[in-house]
Amino acid sequence: MKNNPDLSYQGVMDRKNRIMMQAVGIDYDQFEQEGIAFDYEQMMNKAGYSLEEVRKIQEETNVGKTPLLELHNLTKLVRLHADPGKGARIFVKDEACNPSGSFKARRASLSCYQAQKQGYKGVISATSGNYGAAVASQSAIRALNCIVVQELFDSQDLSQPEIMEKGRACEAYGAEVVQLSVGPELFYKFLLLLEETGYFNASLYTPFGIAGIETLGFELAEQVRQTTGKDPAAVLITHAGGGNVTGTARGLQKAGCNDTEIVGISVDLSGLHMASDHDFNRKSFTTGHTGFGVPFATWPDRADVPRNAARPLRYLDRYYTVTQGEVFYVTELLAQLEGLERGPAGNTSLAGAFSVAKEMDRDDILVVQETEYTGAGKHPSPQLTFARNMGITVRRGHPEENIPGQNIVIPESSDQLSVKSVDLDNLRKSYLKKAALEKGEGALSSLELEYLAAELKTSLEWIEKNYKEAIK
Amino acid sequence: MGKARKGDWVQIFKIVLKPEERAPGLPPETASVPLTMKVKGFLVEESAEIGDQVSIQTMTGREVEGKLIGINPAYAIDYGRPQQELLKIGLETKKLIREEVDEK
Repeated sequence: MKNNPDLSYQGVMDRKNRIMMQAVGIDYDQFEQEGIAFDYEQMMNKAGYSLEEVRKIQEETNVGKTPLLELHNLTKLVRLHADPGKGARIFVKDEACNPSGSFKARRASLSCYQAQKQGYKGVISATSGNYGAAVASQSAIRALNCIVVQELFDSQDLSQPEIMEKGRACEAYGAEVVQLSVGPELFYKFLLLLEETGYFNASLYTPFGIAGIETLGFELAEQVRQTTGKDPAAVLITHAGGGNVTGTARGLQKAGCNDTEIVGISVDLSGLHMASDHDFNRKSFTTGHTGFGVPFATWPDRADVPRNAARPLRYLDRYYTVTQGEVFYVTELLAQLEGLERGPAGNTSLAGAFSVAKEMDRDDILVVQETEYTGAGKHPSPQLTFARNMGITVRRGHPEENIPGQNIVIPESSDQLSVKSVDLDNLRKSYLKKAALEKGEGALSSLELEYLAAELKTSLEWIEKNYKEAIK
Repeated sequence: MGKARKGDWVQIFKIVLKPEERAPGLPPETASVPLTMKVKGFLVEESAEIGDQVSIQTMTGREVEGKLIGINPAYAIDYGRPQQELLKIGLETKKLIREEVDEK
């Protein structure tokens, strides 16, 4: 097989499963049950690590134990616009304090540990986000080689400053950065590199990639209890591929925060095509947006591993979108009212916090569970400078005037900050349609029914009723 | 045109998939252009000029061939221009908070 392997797109995709099996060292078949069902919890328990083990592993490479900060001025501002007795206390988990500057260090820590333990010489990750720098940093500590594959430039050779900065950061940690033009065949190149090097696939979606985030939810619960004597009423989580929601929610559950609401927030990029060479540079957010958030919620197993450990619909209680302009606005608020220069992309859930906190009681605790580092390129001014150069209109106005790819509307005042609700039932129905396609002919077994109810955090009756619709 | 010598830190360019080799189902503007790649590494040849076909050794020790497009290329990122639309957000909101404090 080593001699003259088929290097065509289809040829490589056809041996995807074999390449992946070697590159993550997990036999996913053992978790399959019947039909469309697999044993998610068994996969997380058997292939992942316990919370205690994860804490120990993360301690080895200085990950986690980030401060929880109360945002006093933002809370004051919210209360100015809230009804009497309303306006929750807002806290933020300052995840920028991790090595590599984001919560992604938590995800990378276990993958790099696992790669070292299993004797891999290096790790590879496909990402244009903070995860690249996280894998580069964590692999550096473990003296592993590292390749990061980025989607960076369009056919006019134009690149978003935010992704360029992330590439620079990977190089700073000693990684090789393979930079590609726009297109989903990044996955093809990724597979070729795995095959060529025999490195570990530091996927965002293995049990390691998710278990690493559970400590975030767990720590957060401990810190909120210590500071306020109560549990958080709501935790706001920037949602893209689903790992952040899944890992944080699992950590909160393990801490016994059974009444804490899990709220996902994405930047609204509706109308922009993620595989479009034209649209690529007309968005100012490379992650945390609906272009990942919706497809990964409605079919998690589209990821680079056979069974995705990130399954957000199992955990989400509410899901909202915010606009790009609102995220830039709160990034300014965080810097100028709280003295914290962070984000912008990592402030997506902070943008939602404003209006969510407004509806909550005054003594409730709302936690925004991440920040990320800021740098040249990864900052509102270079990102908006680039947007203008791409013909995007940047102006102040009402967030309702937002049209992704055409304008970025910076709110005129803080009381205009709002969230748009995404109907979770619609996402569940969309999931069921894909499940029905996967299942093909025949009725669901009782095990499949239970699996779907857990997958979609709903009742057996709801599944039975809506699956019938989905088959049509 | 600069000249790169063996061992210099350089950047190369390569076509990974021609338009006709790309994945099915792409939007037309993506399907009509090749999938291309840039990688940096240490030049293997004794010397080379921009545009030459060269080999590099990457940070992980892989040898990759492609067209030389950069010699010790600069990072093209900065902080851009201050944005008029953002400049007053701090002033506006601080004023609201101060008024609230004064009222008390």
